[in-house]
Amino acid sequence: MIVSLGVQGLAVRRGERRLFEDFNLAAAAGEAITLTGPNGAGKTSLLRAIAGFIRPETGAITFAGADGALEPEEARRGGVHLLGHQDALKSNRTARDELLFQVRWTGGDEAAALAAAETLGLARLLGLAVRHLSAGQRRRLALARLLASPRPLWLLDEPLAPLDAQNRALFGELMAAHLAGGGLVVAAVHDPLPVAARGVELGA
Amino acid sequence: MSALWLIFRRELALAWSGGGGPLLAIGFYAAVATLVPLSTDPSTHNLAAVATGVAWVALALASLLSLERMFERDFEDGALDLLMLGPPSGEAVAAAKCLAHWTAAGAPLALAAPLAAIALGAPPALAPLIFITAAIGGVAFAFVGGTGAALALGSRRGGLIIAVIVLPLLSPPVILGGGALTAFAAGLSWQTGLLLLSAYTLGAAALCPFFMAAACRNALS
Repeated sequence: MIVSLGVQGLAVRRGERRLFEDFNLAAAAGEAITLTGPNGAGKTSLLRAIAGFIRPETGAITFAGADGALEPEEARRGGVHLLGHQDALKSNRTARDELLFQVRWTGGDEAAALAAAETLGLARLLGLAVRHLSAGQRRRLALARLLASPRPLWLLDEPLAPLDAQNRALFGELMAAHLAGGGLVVAAVHDPLPVAARGVELGA
Repeated sequence: MSALWLIFRRELALAWSGGGGPLLAIGFYAAVATLVPLSTDPSTHNLAAVATGVAWVALALASLLSLERMFERDFEDGALDLLMLGPPSGEAVAAAKCLAHWTAAGAPLALAAPLAAIALGAPPALAPLIFITAAIGGVAFAFVGGTGAALALGSRRGGLIIAVIVLPLLSPPVILGGGALTAFAAGLSWQTGLLLLSAYTLGAAALCPFFMAAACRNALS
């Protein structure tokens, strides 16, 4: 559904401070954008503004489908995955329960969830309580919902920080597959993404 | 609809796990109801006069217990982002959470309320009406309480703030529910109190989801 994302003349204010102003961005299907910039430049705020959680001071965020402009609220409800610093997992539930909930909530089914867990090497961990998983395993569990319930626009905040080299490379391949299938990725990063991406600097 | 059923079931599972929500609420309820005869003249005549009132006050207090976890837990671990992003609207998510909260805490408390009142000396003939008023009032407690919980999101010591916001708003159901019981015991018309209680509950269920969704969006922005 979402085939392009546009950000025009965006200004975001947090408290007394204006993080950025007159920020423009255009991304089309198949494209990955990495947002870089020093701490506090507004990378997370920009992602949350695109997801609709932060109301920008000025400017517009637009989504377009194959047939033209989409109503932003509609486009976000079925078309956006937001993965922030936190993994949104309940520590005293099993990995399986949490994965199935997240996948079903975002529109996927059980078979897709289990396949995604297999792909990310989580199959043997599903019976464990989330509190017994390492930070990297929890992050892979959170990433599994991106694979299992197809949504075109991925908004990722430091997605790879807790992952080891092998899993970074694996997720790079999975992102490449998502992009090849017409997806979009906007990621706030400090290290480069393991996939071809266009860099955008915030706070420069 | 299936997505709301999903969140309802998840909230129930969360209420039962880690701290046994319903049992905790009933234990607290029993403790409050037991403290009253200990703190006053425990003669049967005196207690019977306040039995239904005590049952209702204890109900209002016990329903505050797990409110803090209703939104705060999802806010802290980032799951509230996921829930508010949909596909269902934030209002529907909030309503499903309140209904799950009522099922986990309000319904068991409504079952315990007649027992507590009769133990304190209320006539057994009151039991069905106590259960019905407690069950209906409990829905209002859940929706009004959820609004307090959403407003207190992100504040430290949220539990105290919730109690201060919510308790005054719980007074109408306490007055109406307790009033219906008193009227019934005195042989007067009790239907009016029950109808007004139901009206308050319906009003809360209709309006509070909008307040809760707005408060959650505000906390996430």
